[in-house]
Amino acid sequence: MRYLPLTADDRSAMLGVIGAASIDDLFVDVPAEARLDGPIPDLPNQASELAVERHMGALARRNRAAGDGPFFLGAGAYRHHVPASVDHLIQRGEFLTAYTPYQPEIAQGTLQMLFEFQSQVARLLGTDVANASMYDGSTACWEAVVMARRITKRAKALFSTGVHPHYRSVARTMAKYTGDVLVEADPELVPGTDWAALAAAVDKEVSCVVVQYPDILGRIDDMAALAAACQASGALLIAVVTEPVALGLIKSPGEMGADIVVGEGQSIGVGLQFGGPYVGLFACKAKYVRQMPGRLCGETVDANGKRGFVLTLSTREQHIRREKATSNICTNSGLCALAFSIHMTLLGEAGLRQLASINHGRALAAAEQLAKVPGVSVLNSAFFNEFTLLLPTAARPVVHQLAERDILGGVSLGRLYPDNEGLENGLVVAVTETCTAEDIAAFAAALKEVLA
Amino acid sequence: MPRYYTEEHEWIDVDGDVATVGITDFAQGQLGDIVFVEVPDTGAELSQGGDAAVVESVKAASDVYAPVDGTVTEGNGQLEEDPALVNSDPEGEGWFFRMTLGDKGQLDALMNATEYKAFCDNL
Amino acid sequence: MSTPNASGWRPEMNAGGADDSTTFTGNRALMLEEPLIFEIGSTETTGVDFDSVVIGRPQIGNLYRTDAIGLPGLSESETIRHYTRLSRQNYAIDLGLFPLGSCTMKHNPRLNEKVARMPGFADIHPLQPQETVQGALAVINELAMWLIKLTGMHGVAMTPKAGAHGELCGILCIKAALEARGEDRRVLLVPESAHGTNPATAAFAGFTVEDIPATPEGRVDLEALKARLGPDVAGVMITNPNTCGLFERDMKAISDAVHAAGGYVYCDGANFNAIVGKVRPGDLGVDAMHINLHKTFSTPHGGGGPGSGPVVLSEALSSYGPIPYAARYADGSFKLVEEESAHVEHPETFGRMTAFHGQMGMFTRALTYMLSHGADGLKQVAEDAVLNANYILRSLDDVLEAPFCGSGPCMHEALFTDNGLAEGFSTLDIAKGIIDEGYHPMTVYFPLVVHGAMLIEPTETESKAVLDQFIGALRSVALRAKNGDPALKSAPHFAPRARLDETAAARKPVLAWSEPAVAPGTPSLSEIGGS
Repeated sequence: MRYLPLTADDRSAMLGVIGAASIDDLFVDVPAEARLDGPIPDLPNQASELAVERHMGALARRNRAAGDGPFFLGAGAYRHHVPASVDHLIQRGEFLTAYTPYQPEIAQGTLQMLFEFQSQVARLLGTDVANASMYDGSTACWEAVVMARRITKRAKALFSTGVHPHYRSVARTMAKYTGDVLVEADPELVPGTDWAALAAAVDKEVSCVVVQYPDILGRIDDMAALAAACQASGALLIAVVTEPVALGLIKSPGEMGADIVVGEGQSIGVGLQFGGPYVGLFACKAKYVRQMPGRLCGETVDANGKRGFVLTLSTREQHIRREKATSNICTNSGLCALAFSIHMTLLGEAGLRQLASINHGRALAAAEQLAKVPGVSVLNSAFFNEFTLLLPTAARPVVHQLAERDILGGVSLGRLYPDNEGLENGLVVAVTETCTAEDIAAFAAALKEVLA
Repeated sequence: MPRYYTEEHEWIDVDGDVATVGITDFAQGQLGDIVFVEVPDTGAELSQGGDAAVVESVKAASDVYAPVDGTVTEGNGQLEEDPALVNSDPEGEGWFFRMTLGDKGQLDALMNATEYKAFCDNL
Repeated sequence: MSTPNASGWRPEMNAGGADDSTTFTGNRALMLEEPLIFEIGSTETTGVDFDSVVIGRPQIGNLYRTDAIGLPGLSESETIRHYTRLSRQNYAIDLGLFPLGSCTMKHNPRLNEKVARMPGFADIHPLQPQETVQGALAVINELAMWLIKLTGMHGVAMTPKAGAHGELCGILCIKAALEARGEDRRVLLVPESAHGTNPATAAFAGFTVEDIPATPEGRVDLEALKARLGPDVAGVMITNPNTCGLFERDMKAISDAVHAAGGYVYCDGANFNAIVGKVRPGDLGVDAMHINLHKTFSTPHGGGGPGSGPVVLSEALSSYGPIPYAARYADGSFKLVEEESAHVEHPETFGRMTAFHGQMGMFTRALTYMLSHGADGLKQVAEDAVLNANYILRSLDDVLEAPFCGSGPCMHEALFTDNGLAEGFSTLDIAKGIIDEGYHPMTVYFPLVVHGAMLIEPTETESKAVLDQFIGALRSVALRAKNGDPALKSAPHFAPRARLDETAAARKPVLAWSEPAVAPGTPSLSEIGGS
């Protein structure tokens, strides 16, 4: 077998050194009745690289890749062009096959990269500090709610209706077991956010208010007044960003007063990958850093006085604090954080602003053309690269009819909110720099045809 | 001013109705370089043996327990800026918090300096 | 940083070190120093060229971002060089033996990477119409089938994002099952040797953690465990093979006792690599076990994630597993069971743990690995992993104390302590000394149940020649520690950095870069924290 270097001679020589007669002697502690005599039945035996590639290739071809035609899906995962250098660099074995940098003398590459990543994320989100990443946006969102509970010693969280339904669903699952009280509901098909109502609802029992920016329907709004209302009540404002490219064009949540900013970093450097692995962003004001979950990388010096980096403040974490840890998280999303960081370095501020501007430009053009389809209107008064179309009929079947015409035309609210008939005519459309003018025209034409 | 010690390696100085609490020189030696101390908020109600403060080295976090019942009157804010005080002067400038004495009778069960030294010698 | 810094590395930044005074740059031939992107990049520079696009009147209200963000850019050539140089400061499996106990640092086959990058897997959106992603759903379903057969279990939850997330999934299944029975059991029993995530997970889910005592030979004390079982005990969390590298011989008896007392058995599957294809956890009475695809099934560790932690479940727990999952129907089609149909097809689910459907990129890699090995190859994996570990154990137990070497063969990892070293020398010195020999150190100071633990897991992908050289190197370093070689106290000497000051890092945390306060060129790094 190509991955196993021991030869039969090696094996018998090594058994001799150990003083065992056979390999079975090494499994003597496994009860005989449970030990398997041969390979597990009903599973194939080993296969050549060629055979495996053939099998997996056949499965891959049963999927319609985003790049195969017009593509307009978002709702928490975005298709952007990732420069070829990014994937080349993350495949360097020294990054790909390294472990968590617990031995800093021989892990400065990963550590310096994480320090740069943390600095980039903090600046992008407009906060003081960011951690070395979380699993994804949805779990980062829940961890932020728990962190707010630790800081405020209150357990009631108000969710904006514009937060991604999967993120709400994750929080709902967890809150069942932790005793946190969540106030949350589905959105309404109106042009603006519910943030003013949230500001009015914050009181001294509320630990945090969670808003998404841009929200699930693509709406954007100023959160400064909400931040002030939270502060006045001693609650924290948590902002969720699922499309960080937006922050190259619109104000950051930190700048508008958010205390904790979490997000999904997938859209920078990480491909769609059917939903994972992605990279959770987690950032906050400096005064809360000791209540943060997850790994943190910090700067220090070595015994010769040279600058170097280490994982730090690890007493917050499970391997030291055990049942008193801030979270049970044991990892980050290191390689995805690397991809994010490389892509961000390639972009730089100038490139990010240009990319964001192009996204908005493409979305403006698409919104204008799609709104011309009879019976179709755009819900949003303001948006970045994603907006909600109101169709004259339920959107879900329309999505399938568009797919038959080889157009992946957005995410229906029926898919996201299957039990809510009031939302069924909504279609969330994302338009990035990967969408061409021809794609947009084809989408508009197909939509017109399907609705006719 | 009498000083008492606990088996959890805290010292407690009693001055009338108020006590000052810290960790002993022996304890700081065991913990190594202290990097962070979390002292209780003023007004916190403590009960004997319950969590009162946290002291952290690079690789360990330890709880500091309340030696007696009482209410916190002051935490040592200096430790937030300079946790190394716990290493350099554990039984002086490196004090953790001050508290009222809810039940002075609880002091009787604690050790004096001689008893504490013997206790450490036996560890 | 708003102006380009064309000169790149500034020699004075490196002036502190005594041993680098011999070169102008601070570099030493192939060992290259590399500044931060914030020191060499510029906010004006970009390494990406864009299509030209006509942009209409913005519709962003009054939200235009006017502040300076402060994100440096590099050209493509500079970017490649920056990260390539950084990469060379890392140790990696691709460079040599990486003997971290409990971490299973095995070779990462490159076919896995190639397959994961096929556009049909890498470039599909999680919310595409399901008729356009039948191949992806087939992968999830096929991998689930493999995991169920390899473990002899009833069901599997695929969405957990990592091992600890999988633990949480298993524990939530137990909690949901207890609730369905109307029982309020609050205690989970966890051995002291357990990984820190076990108690952290239990506490996160609202359980109280109590220790399970161990026997002197390093296994769970069955009689003590039985004595503690009762109506308040929700179950146990046991790692098998355990963190001392031993198989829990009494696992079946433990499971039987826990079940008889109305509890559930969670098994931490971190060490599944030792037994894959040799014994099935389902045959030992396990109710839930997470599987680290990044350990046993060779998906890359990536310098700290992403991982993937599917959880296999017994019949008693399967109905409580999370949504979504990929179901196969009689006509050969696949469908995601998610919020929409869960109330019909999976009504007892405890809910959703993450957005979307789990770590698809890891599923394709793991399935590729399984198909490559097949059932016979995976059995050989466990056998070679255990053989390699025992070879190390028996080749070094004369120079290093092996606390449980009388307890029978080890499984996939060999445990040593630092007893018997010279005064003032410890595990840390051996770990740092082995770096100079060109290896990543073993896992140190874990498990907590022995003094100065050194846990060595070679994995099956190392040859005998590699093991022999490592044994020689570790023997040499151990003897130096026994003889009190003072040079060992300051090791490593040949790494990109000497020992780092972790105390200073924790006392005054600097967690993000900030512009030098004085003139450019003067190293001054402001602090974050304490506000």
